[in-house]
Amino acid sequence: MPLLEVRNLSKNFGPVQALNDLTMQVAAGEVVALAGDNGAGKTTLIKAISGVYRPSSGKVLLEGQEVSFSSPQEARERGIETIYQDLALADNLSIGANIFLGREPMTRRFGFLPVLDRKKMAQAAKETMALLDFHVSRMEAPVSNFSGGQRQAVAIGRAVYWNARILIMDEPTAALGVPEQRKVISLIHQLKAQGRGVIFISHNLQDIFAVSDRIVVLRRGVMAGERRIADTTHDEVVKLMVGG
Amino acid sequence: MTTDAPGPAGGHVSPPADHAEKSRTVVQRIADLRAWLFLAALILGFEVWSRMSFGGSFVINPYNITSIAIFAVAPLLLATGQTFVIISGGIDLSMGFIMGLAAVVAAHVINWATPLMGMPMAVVFGGLIAVGIAMIPGCVNGLLVSRLNVPPFIGTLGMFGVARGVAFLLAGGTTVPVQNSFFATLGNGRIMGIPWIVIVTAVFVLLMHYLLSQTRFGQHNYAIGANAQAARRAGINIKSHLLRLYVLSGMCAGLAGVLYAARFSAGAAQAGEPLLLDSVAAVVIGGASLFGGSGTILGTVAGAFVIAVIQYGLVFINVEPFWQFISVGVVIIISVLIDQAQRRISGGRQSE
Repeated sequence: MPLLEVRNLSKNFGPVQALNDLTMQVAAGEVVALAGDNGAGKTTLIKAISGVYRPSSGKVLLEGQEVSFSSPQEARERGIETIYQDLALADNLSIGANIFLGREPMTRRFGFLPVLDRKKMAQAAKETMALLDFHVSRMEAPVSNFSGGQRQAVAIGRAVYWNARILIMDEPTAALGVPEQRKVISLIHQLKAQGRGVIFISHNLQDIFAVSDRIVVLRRGVMAGERRIADTTHDEVVKLMVGG
Repeated sequence: MTTDAPGPAGGHVSPPADHAEKSRTVVQRIADLRAWLFLAALILGFEVWSRMSFGGSFVINPYNITSIAIFAVAPLLLATGQTFVIISGGIDLSMGFIMGLAAVVAAHVINWATPLMGMPMAVVFGGLIAVGIAMIPGCVNGLLVSRLNVPPFIGTLGMFGVARGVAFLLAGGTTVPVQNSFFATLGNGRIMGIPWIVIVTAVFVLLMHYLLSQTRFGQHNYAIGANAQAARRAGINIKSHLLRLYVLSGMCAGLAGVLYAARFSAGAAQAGEPLLLDSVAAVVIGGASLFGGSGTILGTVAGAFVIAVIQYGLVFINVEPFWQFISVGVVIIISVLIDQAQRRISGGRQSE
């Protein structure tokens, strides 16, 4: 059974058909790339999966069960996390504080005074980041001290800590330099090895070919083609994207 | 920072080394403590001057210390609320006149209630009512900023005018004297040599420090100031947070107004007028950035004392009072320059 299945999904904004009768699957431990030109419907698709939009018709199934989210929070509670390209972190807070942002653990000091449990946050941050092969000495430093790739790792770490089973990554490497992109690509390999499903949106075919198992190409809201990475080439994907 | 990069399919990319972390920390430490360093330098300066010209000590003089503390009470209370607002990326320009409004309301209500419930009860009642009334403009500010997306500068500027007008109307354009000797005793009395209003302020500021540094409310405040989008995506209810934030700021101004009325046994609408910009200055000197996301209550305490020491110290060494404005202005500018330098060194990536 696939981890995530999208069945005949359509979404229109008034007369504009942004997504038309799309069907795709993501298995556990699989990285599926979403490719397509601007306006092809990639973002609409992931927003329909992650609870930002309600689909106009069609179904989203999580482990075979139909789900319908009215907010991204609901999707997150069911294990669908979205990682954005623009590094959605509070730069002035530590890694731990970012991982727990909005769900901070509390403890009691002197037996009565509720305070933030910074020790737990730092410990969880350390363990999570180690899981992603990311070692940093100063856990209390604000994340602005880290590089773009490291901060993207923190965003991914947050998803991992909250036990996301599906990670949707919207251009996770777009804001990064080349070495940082490699780091994120290697993180995606680790997520895959941990048996999570990844939907990976990118404009960069090199990244797509480096990390994905399958590629789904969208064009003007419809599926233009689906290929196993091993069986396709850059040229073929480009042709699917532009409709050559 | 660079990584040695194996092929993209290789599972392992070694994490970047944290170069230059050490030097960064030293610069950051200094920048974080700058308000306290300013304070120490100022006190040292006045001490030397005082010894040279009068042969007496400036700082080892209980009269000076309590005077400075009393002097700092109202600006510090305003600055405490302002710290929260500025960290969230906003500003509250209405605090000065909310303070005046609260002082006038406290004076009127205590005068009205004293014959009904006796002096001590009337003071408690009047104080609570005044702080409660001060929370109303705070609440309106919060609604404007959170629900109607009015920029804080404009929304609170509007409330600045409204609170000012209402306060002067309630006061009838003059000062409202309080007929309640218990209130006057509280405002000027001491316990073990420490003025009551200083104790009240210290306890309140400590509570606010706890709220900012140890609770979810404080943590969310920092997150919203740094990246409201990220905070929203993390599931923080920004609207309700901002509403509570401005109510809190109104409450701080209200308490400042009540303590002012106690100290002078009178309520005056213009009580907080000159203090508003001092409160913003105290927050900035204390290390907060007006862009939001940084600042601490302890820094603000130091910032408020820097201003109080300059103002009191210059009078003490008999310099023309107008030098106060110049010195406070210079300190603000230096403080912001240090902040910029620190950002360039440690947070250059911000502008990426």
